[in-house]
Amino acid sequence: MMQKVLAWIDVRFPLTKVWEEHLAKYYAPRNFNFWYYFGSLALLVLVIQIITGIVLAMHYKPDARLAFASVEYIMRDVPWGWLMRYLHSTGASAFFVVVYLHMFRGLLYGSHRNPRELIWIIGMLIFIALMAESFMGYLLPWGNMSYWGAQVIISLFDAIPLIGPTLAEWIRGDFVVSDATLNRFFSLHVAAVPLALVGLVYVHIVALHKVGSNNPDGIDIKKHKGADGVPLDGIPFHPYYTVKDMVGVTVFLMLFAAVIFFAPEMGGWFLEHDNFVPANILQTPPEIKPLWYFTPYYSILRANTVNFLWIPAKLWGVFFMGLSLVLFFFLPWLDRSPVKSIRYRGWIFKTALTVFAISFVTLGYVGTKPPEGLYKTLAQVCTVLYFAFFFLMPWYTRIDKIKPVPDRVT
Amino acid sequence: MKSVFLLFILALIPTSVLATEASGIKLEPVQIDVNDRASLQRGARLFVNYCLSCHSAAYMRYNRMGQDLGISNEMVEQNLMFAADKVGELMTVSMPAKDAKKWFGTPPPDLTVISRARGPQWIYNYLRSFYREEKWPGRWNNAVFPNVAMPHVLYGLQGTQRAVFETREDGTKVIAKFEMQQPGTMDKAEYDAAVRDLTNFLVYLGEPAKLVRYHLGLYVLAFLVIFFVFVYLLKKEYWKDVH
Amino acid sequence: MSAESVNRKRRRLLLVTTGLGAVGGLFTAFPFVMSMTPSARARAMGAPVTVDISKLEPGQRLVVEWRGKPVWIVRRTQAMLDGLPKIDNELADPKSEVNQQPVYAQNEWRSIKPSILVLVGICTHLGCSPLPKLEVGPASGLGADWPGGFFCPCHGSKFDLAGRVFKDVPAPSNLVVPQYGFLSDTRIIIGVHREGAA
Repeated sequence: MMQKVLAWIDVRFPLTKVWEEHLAKYYAPRNFNFWYYFGSLALLVLVIQIITGIVLAMHYKPDARLAFASVEYIMRDVPWGWLMRYLHSTGASAFFVVVYLHMFRGLLYGSHRNPRELIWIIGMLIFIALMAESFMGYLLPWGNMSYWGAQVIISLFDAIPLIGPTLAEWIRGDFVVSDATLNRFFSLHVAAVPLALVGLVYVHIVALHKVGSNNPDGIDIKKHKGADGVPLDGIPFHPYYTVKDMVGVTVFLMLFAAVIFFAPEMGGWFLEHDNFVPANILQTPPEIKPLWYFTPYYSILRANTVNFLWIPAKLWGVFFMGLSLVLFFFLPWLDRSPVKSIRYRGWIFKTALTVFAISFVTLGYVGTKPPEGLYKTLAQVCTVLYFAFFFLMPWYTRIDKIKPVPDRVT
Repeated sequence: MKSVFLLFILALIPTSVLATEASGIKLEPVQIDVNDRASLQRGARLFVNYCLSCHSAAYMRYNRMGQDLGISNEMVEQNLMFAADKVGELMTVSMPAKDAKKWFGTPPPDLTVISRARGPQWIYNYLRSFYREEKWPGRWNNAVFPNVAMPHVLYGLQGTQRAVFETREDGTKVIAKFEMQQPGTMDKAEYDAAVRDLTNFLVYLGEPAKLVRYHLGLYVLAFLVIFFVFVYLLKKEYWKDVH
Repeated sequence: MSAESVNRKRRRLLLVTTGLGAVGGLFTAFPFVMSMTPSARARAMGAPVTVDISKLEPGQRLVVEWRGKPVWIVRRTQAMLDGLPKIDNELADPKSEVNQQPVYAQNEWRSIKPSILVLVGICTHLGCSPLPKLEVGPASGLGADWPGGFFCPCHGSKFDLAGRVFKDVPAPSNLVVPQYGFLSDTRIIIGVHREGAA
């Protein structure tokens, strides 16, 4: 019976074909390690965000007079609304945790290198869409931090010469952040950006399955195929990696549930205290800072305080912040090393990547602090190190000593 | 004009922490336990009697509070509800915001989620740190929230305190301690306990889900631990083929 | 260990894990499904309403809102009440045998006090609110033999002055009588049955 139904479907839709190409006969290298959990986890979080988001949108009101109250309505009056909201708010932070780790995996094992440049570029587009998504979502509770955060970030566009002020007004739909801004951010947050995200994730996976997955050794498993045409070092994604990813998913869900049920505010890191005060156009919160996942870029934004080359410091800040993201797109071509994986690279790259990771985390930490004294100096030093990682890459990857790469995965 | 000025002053006050440092009074810790139902009930009584006449808790319903605190709807109607007709209503306040602004200079903020904005420790200490402002006779001031617009509503219970100042080495004048001028109906320990109850209630009010979420979280985690064992065994079983 | 025993063990483990996962999935689905049920606000809005009927004249109708629905209160005249049993043979359920009313309203007037009729003003066909056609005869626009009642403009269902449905109309059953009670002679509470002092 099942066979018949399947046959009927297969004539009309390539169900078996898709199943085999992407799961049962998609051969992934057999040596994936810990770092390879985060791709599937990112997909899981996307699903969680979409489902909880749909529920929240049923009860939320995108109206400046009602928004704050409707969030508290969800927290109290809607059955299980508090859980939906905490899943969504924690999911936002979890998304960035897994995506940052997923990206770092790429840097470790050279997943962005030939022939996977396009996967990397699509991934960066996903990252930027995600930043837009979370930034707009953050306005929706209409707390005081939401309001002033949006005010500050949109004002960045003011710095752009000539079109800046007009552009900022166009984004807000008003001269300040207002009901109009809230309403359009809601629309973009629940419809436009999620559609783009889902589409980008789809092409990300299509591109990946076209060239096949990289692995911790950074070598091509398709070079050694058995008599049946199956790579000798490849194993079918399903069932081997589906069961393995389930282990990762379960561990992730434990951590996720621990935050949701025991520390949904995460000490003010996931839900900020000042956002429990309704938006007040007359009073900026005493310490205004973005959520943790934006703070590295926020630090870069404020690092430079000098006007030079007749360009004001503010515009330089915006420029550096933009550049810090744009450089990632060029990473596949900045890296000139003949090997992909960190396992076969020399000490120079290992040092560079470590310094970069430390600078990134430091920038993130400093971004939550007022830009004064030691914090300001730290931000400036780390910004320089951050850019040095990219700009010096063509040089240090070429002179770095490499180890011989094995023929087969280890 | 005056109210605008006051708002301006409020905007300039950095954080509670800085404000307290300047007053020289340290924030004392407070033990919060939302499972202490008797404490929540006492806190609720204080809240509706002393706070709810000026401050609203406009996202909370009376019957929800009753349900969570183990108080029947009839008891809520008779003892805790002064400004509403039905127990299903929100805990709003009848004082119009315009009048409030005229009387206090700034409208009293809604208190539903104040504990999540300020933190329990701040609230506990704030309610214990009112003192008679000697510069302006007949006015109150607060060591935790300097120049606060709110008068000391609980002075009948706490009594009237006076601030004793000291001058630091750098020349700044700070509050060293309080001196009781006229005792209230409670002694210090009783008043601290009452304020603790009120703070406890405000913590509950900020997030009623707190009453269920810890409990539920344990079940969820227990399930996930068991599930993990099986998933892990399954993975090991399948990966025998690979290794 | 033979390949067969490995496979059997594997199958068993797979079944247990899948079963456990399905249980977890069901428990996870529960809050999502429940979040779409009426909220505390909706329930608060559905609370009983009290109506003052002291100004309601005989032969007049009053409409109040309860749970977002129109509720009609009609003070029937003696003539109206006398007319009720005469049309029993034109009705689909003259004795109110279908459970569309509380027990205390399952009588010939479909009410607690004969003169005061309380009905949910929603047609039992597809949810329109019927129009009052309380007058008898051609003045109602429903022909000379119209005994007085309610007429639904959507699909032409007809109800008498006790909310009983006529034969051969789309509506399947009598209009619903909500739970109600008298707090006093002039005050009705709709939504719960409560015997007042009066």
